[in-house]
Amino acid sequence: MPGTWLFLILVTLSVLGYIMGHRKAVSVSGGSNRVMHSLLPYHGWNVGLATFLAGLFVMVVAALARALAGVTDGNNIVLSVLTLAGAGAAFYLTYGRIERDYRARDGVEKMIRAILILASSIAILTTVGLVMSMLFEARNFFGQYPWTRFFFGTNWAPNFRGDSDLGMLPLLWGTLYVSFIALMVAVPVGLFAAIYLAEYAGPKLRAVAKPLLEVLAGIPTIVYGLFALITVGPILRDVFAIPLGLGESASSVATAGLVMGIMLIPFVSSLSDDIINAVPQAMRDGSFGLGATKSETIKKVVIPAALPGIVGAILLAASRAIGETMIVVMGAGAAARLSLNPFEAMTTVTVKIVSQLTGDTDFASPETLVAFALGITLFVITLGLNVLALYIVRTYREQYE
Amino acid sequence: MTDVTAAPASPARKTTSLYEVSARTRRRNSAEKRFRLYGLSAVLLGLMALIVLLSSILSQGMPAFRQTYVVMDVELRADKLDKNGNRDPADLAKLTTFAVAPLIKQATQTVATELGDDIEGLNDKMVGEMISKEAPGQLLRFVRANPDLIGTTQSFEFLANGRVDGYFKGRVTRASAELDNNISGQQLDLADAMVAEGMMETRFNWAFLTAPDASDQRPEAAGLGVAILGSLYMMMVVLCLALPIGVAASIYLEEFAPQNWLTDIIEVNISNLAAVPSIVFGILGLAIFINFAHLPQSAPIVGGLVLTLMTLPTIIISTRAALKSVPPSIADAALGLGASKMQTVFHHILPLAMPGILTGAIIGLAQALGETAPLLLIGMVAFVREYPGAPPEGLFDPATALPVQVYNWTQRSDPAFFERASGAIIVLLVFLVLMNTLAIILRRRFERRW
Repeated sequence: MPGTWLFLILVTLSVLGYIMGHRKAVSVSGGSNRVMHSLLPYHGWNVGLATFLAGLFVMVVAALARALAGVTDGNNIVLSVLTLAGAGAAFYLTYGRIERDYRARDGVEKMIRAILILASSIAILTTVGLVMSMLFEARNFFGQYPWTRFFFGTNWAPNFRGDSDLGMLPLLWGTLYVSFIALMVAVPVGLFAAIYLAEYAGPKLRAVAKPLLEVLAGIPTIVYGLFALITVGPILRDVFAIPLGLGESASSVATAGLVMGIMLIPFVSSLSDDIINAVPQAMRDGSFGLGATKSETIKKVVIPAALPGIVGAILLAASRAIGETMIVVMGAGAAARLSLNPFEAMTTVTVKIVSQLTGDTDFASPETLVAFALGITLFVITLGLNVLALYIVRTYREQYE
Repeated sequence: MTDVTAAPASPARKTTSLYEVSARTRRRNSAEKRFRLYGLSAVLLGLMALIVLLSSILSQGMPAFRQTYVVMDVELRADKLDKNGNRDPADLAKLTTFAVAPLIKQATQTVATELGDDIEGLNDKMVGEMISKEAPGQLLRFVRANPDLIGTTQSFEFLANGRVDGYFKGRVTRASAELDNNISGQQLDLADAMVAEGMMETRFNWAFLTAPDASDQRPEAAGLGVAILGSLYMMMVVLCLALPIGVAASIYLEEFAPQNWLTDIIEVNISNLAAVPSIVFGILGLAIFINFAHLPQSAPIVGGLVLTLMTLPTIIISTRAALKSVPPSIADAALGLGASKMQTVFHHILPLAMPGILTGAIIGLAQALGETAPLLLIGMVAFVREYPGAPPEGLFDPATALPVQVYNWTQRSDPAFFERASGAIIVLLVFLVLMNTLAIILRRRFERRW
C-alpha cells in the first residue's frame, strides 16, 4: 500500500519540522524563554503540526477526488507530489515566521481546536454515511421493484434467475414475533429482579447478584446464538415441539425468543433498577404510614411513579430485540412464513439482510439490493423506538427532581 | 365536630382485636410473601440462566482443547517421493498429496496387521480412515523441509480422524457409531488396541490456538490461528482510531463546544448512534469502505474501521463522564495561574481523567471484540487458510475474526465443528474476562474519588 509509505514520510517530515522549529526558536531567543511570546516547544509544535495537517488535508482531498473521478489504478504519483508540496509549503510558511513576537501558541491551539471539531463531526459523518449508503442503494432497489409490493407483499421468495417475490411482511412478522417472545421473558423477569434488588434484597445479595446479572449483558451475542443452536433449540424441540406435535425444527421463534429474552434481562433490570431507586423515599414512607404493606406500596405507589421510565426501558429493550442479529441467525431459522406456531422456524429482517448480502448474487440485482431497503426499514424502526423511549423518559423524569 | 359524633358507626363492620389475625390481614400478608417470592425467583432465574449458559458452553467446548494423536512409523520411500533421485526442491514442490498417500496407507496397514488381526471385519479402507485427511499434507510439508531424509523411516505424529477423536472425548459412542457411516465398531476396537499399545494418545491441543481453519472434511485440523490474528489486528485498528478520535471529540464537546445548534446535532447523533443495530454498521461498511473506497473484502482494516465507528459512541460517552468527574476547582486553579484553556485541559484535566478514559476504552474494545454481525457483511466469513502478513500491509490481507469463525463453524455439517465452535467461544470469553479484569484493576488502582 503506497498510501502507508506516503503517510510515514509525512510523519517523518512533521517530526523534522518540530525539531527544526524548536532549534530555530532556541537560536532566535538565545535559549531564553522570557523574550519570546510563546514557550519554545510551541514553535516546534507549530511547524510540525502545520506540516502534518496540510499534508494530510491535501492527501484526503486528492484521494476523495480520485475516488469520485473513478480512478482506481495504483499509480498515484500526482497525489504523492501534491501531498508533499502541501506539507512543504506549510513547513516553509510557519518556519520562516519564527521570531520573538510570533504567536506560535495561538497557532497551535487553533490547529488543535480544529482537530477536536473534526473528531466530533465524525459522529455526524457516520450518521450521514449510514443514511446515504442505505438510501442510495434502496433507491436503486425501488427503481427495479415496486415499493408497494415490498412493503405490503406477503410472500418472500427470492429467486436467482430474477422474478422474485420480495414482500417484507413475513420478515417483519418474524421480527415482531421473536421480539414479542423475548420481551415476554425479559420484562417480567427483569422487572421483578429489579424490584427485588432495589426494595427487598440486603446489601450482600445486591452486591453479588447485580454484577452477576450484568455479566449477562456483557456476553457477546454470538455466544447466545451458539447457546440457542446447540442447547436451547434441541431441548425445546424434544420437550415441547415434538410431544405436542407442533413441529420438528430445532430452530424456531421460541428458541430465538427465549434466548434473546435472557440477553435482555439485565438490560431491563438495570435500567428499571435505576428508575425505581430514583423514586423519592418520602412517597414510600407516606404509603407505609397509611398502613400499606411493602408489596402494596410497590404496586400502588413505586411502580406507577416509575412507570414512564420503565416503559422507556422496555422500549429500548424492544429496539435491541428488533435489531439483534446473531441470535436469530443461529436460532430462528431461514424460512420466511406468516404463522402463529412458536415452534416453527421463521425468519427476521436482520437474518435476511445477512443472507442477501453474503450470497453470491449479482450486486446490482434486486435480490441483493433488497437488503439495503430492509436495512433502512430496520434503521427507521429502531431509531423511532429510541427517540420515543428517550422522549418518554425525559418528559416524565423531572417530576421528582 | 358534630358531624363526626353524629355519624353512625357502620353497622356492617365487626369489631376485631389486634391480637387476632383477621382473614384480610392474613390475605394481605400472604400476598406480600408471594410478591417477595416472585422477586427472589426472578433474580434466581436470571442467575440460573447465566450458570446454564456458561456451563453449557464450557462443557461443550472444553474437549476442543484436547486432541487425539496417532504415532506411527512411515517409510519415506524414494521411489514414490523422488523418482529422479536428485532431491531437487523444484521436483519436490510438484509432489501432490496423491503421491504420499500410498506411504501412509502402507504404514497404517502395517499397524493393522500387528493389532487388528483378531478384529473381525476390519478392512484396509477402514484402517486408512482412522487418521486425519490432513496427514498427507503434513507428510508432504515434512518431506519438502527435509529432502535428505527421503529413503529413511521416520516416526510421525498424525491427527486422528475427527470421529476417532470424538470417541475418546465421549462425543462418539459405540451406539452412535452403529448409525454413522463414517465410523464403525471395528475402527473403535482398533483405536482401543492402539491406545493400549501407546500408539494413540489424547492430550492438550496447542494447534487449536495456532493452526488456521481447515475444510469441512477435517474438523480435527481446524484451529483459530488466523481468527485470533485477525481479531488482534482489528482491535489494533480500533484502539489506534477510536481512542484518539473519541477522546478528541469528548474533549471538544465537554470543554470547548459552544451551546449552539451544531453542538446539539452532534450530541443527538452520538446518543442515536449508540442505539443503532450493529448490522446497520455492516451495511455502511459494505457500501462505503468496500463498494465506494474499494478497500479489499475480508480485510482486518475494513473490519477495524466498521468496529471503530460502532465503538466511538461508547468511548465518547464514557470519556465525557470521566472528564466531568474531574472537579472544576482544578481547572479554575490552572486558569487562575495564567494557563490557557487548552493548557488547562491537556496538562491537568486529561491526565486526571485518564484512568476513567482507559477503562471506558477497554470496555468499548471488549464490546467490539465480540461483535459479529457487521463483520459477516464485509466478507469476513470467507474461508481463509493463509495467515495475514505483518502490519501495516497485513491489515489489507484477508483474515477472519474469532466470533465470525464461531459462526462459520456452526454452519458446517460435521458435529465435531460444534465442539470447535464452543471451544472458540471459550477462547473469546477468556479474552473478554482478561480485558474486563484489566478495566476493573485500572479503575480500582488509579481512579481518584474527589
